[in-house]
Amino acid sequence: MASGSVEGEQSSLADDYDALISTTDVELLKRAWRNEKAAPEILRFESDLITRVREQIELMEETVEEKLTVGTDPLSVSLYQMDLDRTLFLLRSYLRIRILKIEKYMFHIRKTEELWNRLSKDEKFFTERCTDDLKKHLEESVLSKLPENYQSYERQSVISEEDDMVPEPRLDTFVLCRSKEYLTGIQLEDGPVDDRSKLFEMEPDVLYFICYKSIKSLVESGKIDLL
Amino acid sequence: MAGQSNHELSLFSAEELEFIAEDEIVDIVPNLKMDPLCLISGDFGPFTPQIVTQVPLWLAIALKKRGKCSIVPPQWMSVEKLTQVLEAERDSQEMSEHLPFHYVEISRLLFDHARDNISDAYMVRSLIEDIRDVRFHKVETDLEAFNGRTIAVKIKNLSAMEVNIVRPFIGRALQAFYKHDSPDLIPDPERVSDRRPQVAPNAPRRQLRR
Repeated sequence: MASGSVEGEQSSLADDYDALISTTDVELLKRAWRNEKAAPEILRFESDLITRVREQIELMEETVEEKLTVGTDPLSVSLYQMDLDRTLFLLRSYLRIRILKIEKYMFHIRKTEELWNRLSKDEKFFTERCTDDLKKHLEESVLSKLPENYQSYERQSVISEEDDMVPEPRLDTFVLCRSKEYLTGIQLEDGPVDDRSKLFEMEPDVLYFICYKSIKSLVESGKIDLL
Repeated sequence: MAGQSNHELSLFSAEELEFIAEDEIVDIVPNLKMDPLCLISGDFGPFTPQIVTQVPLWLAIALKKRGKCSIVPPQWMSVEKLTQVLEAERDSQEMSEHLPFHYVEISRLLFDHARDNISDAYMVRSLIEDIRDVRFHKVETDLEAFNGRTIAVKIKNLSAMEVNIVRPFIGRALQAFYKHDSPDLIPDPERVSDRRPQVAPNAPRRQLRR
């Protein structure tokens, strides 16, 4: 989907701008981690940010190594190590949540171009392997032994009109979010029937429980943080 | 998976909240001399005995554990301030805005690791506990006001730990309202699953029993 990649570029520009105004990459990673944890679907992989964080981690690992050999005082070395460990935790946790989501919704992600484009190269490779293996497993262990009409891993039977055996994330999950600025005119198109046309406002720094679907695009553009 | 919270039920584990709170900045008074630290999460120091400097809480605790500093408790953690907050909390149904988002975690970490730096520690602790109770009671009564027309819930000044406690409940309650309010969206999942209308590609297949 072409619009997906354009959107991606825009929000990475926003990221760069944020980075410029004194936010550290660790802060940005923490934000990405929280958003990823809170969103029901997989979000765009923060490739630039992750590359930068990885570089910083490697650099810091070298620095710590160097300090150990030079014999810098053990206290400051242990503090550097702690800082490193904290960043590593964030990075690992971020990658793991994504893997959890991929494992859960792999068939859906693989066939939905918009979601597929959000994955990193490694994640795509992983998803391909995963879907192939699971499909093979399902076919060999169960599906091939069922009557012909019931052999699809995607559908209950040939009369199903859609892929009803593919788990999909529930976008109507309610999430907790916070906006950095005053937002008006949020269209709650998916609210209860009577309220659909109502516009919704968000004050900065106030927490809102809201249906993920309604604010999805604002999360993607970085205007709203989930928590 | 160790250390990773179950990503559906309660989003952040208590440990993860503590991890986040450990990045809050506090004042410390070092008693050692140390060069500035250029960490991934920022530059801190230099550290000079008796000169107040600002560091993240985790760094303060690490130094404190080794007896290298004393931690200056944040201003809101004084008997005077907390008494005011408690009164305000009792007087109004609104949540007081004078506590930081992570007040539960910060105070707990400081009690665990820097008790001797907190004056009137016993009083401070019991005040914080009272405040927690009062606030939580308010959250509970607020929840009674929910109804099917609720499309979004606005919460002012709720703290991280409080959010975490009410999150599973509010989330599921709103979802239930949402679901029952739009009957066309989700037909009975057990019976109609093989002729489910095309309008709802994201409707759940089957309600998870929790």
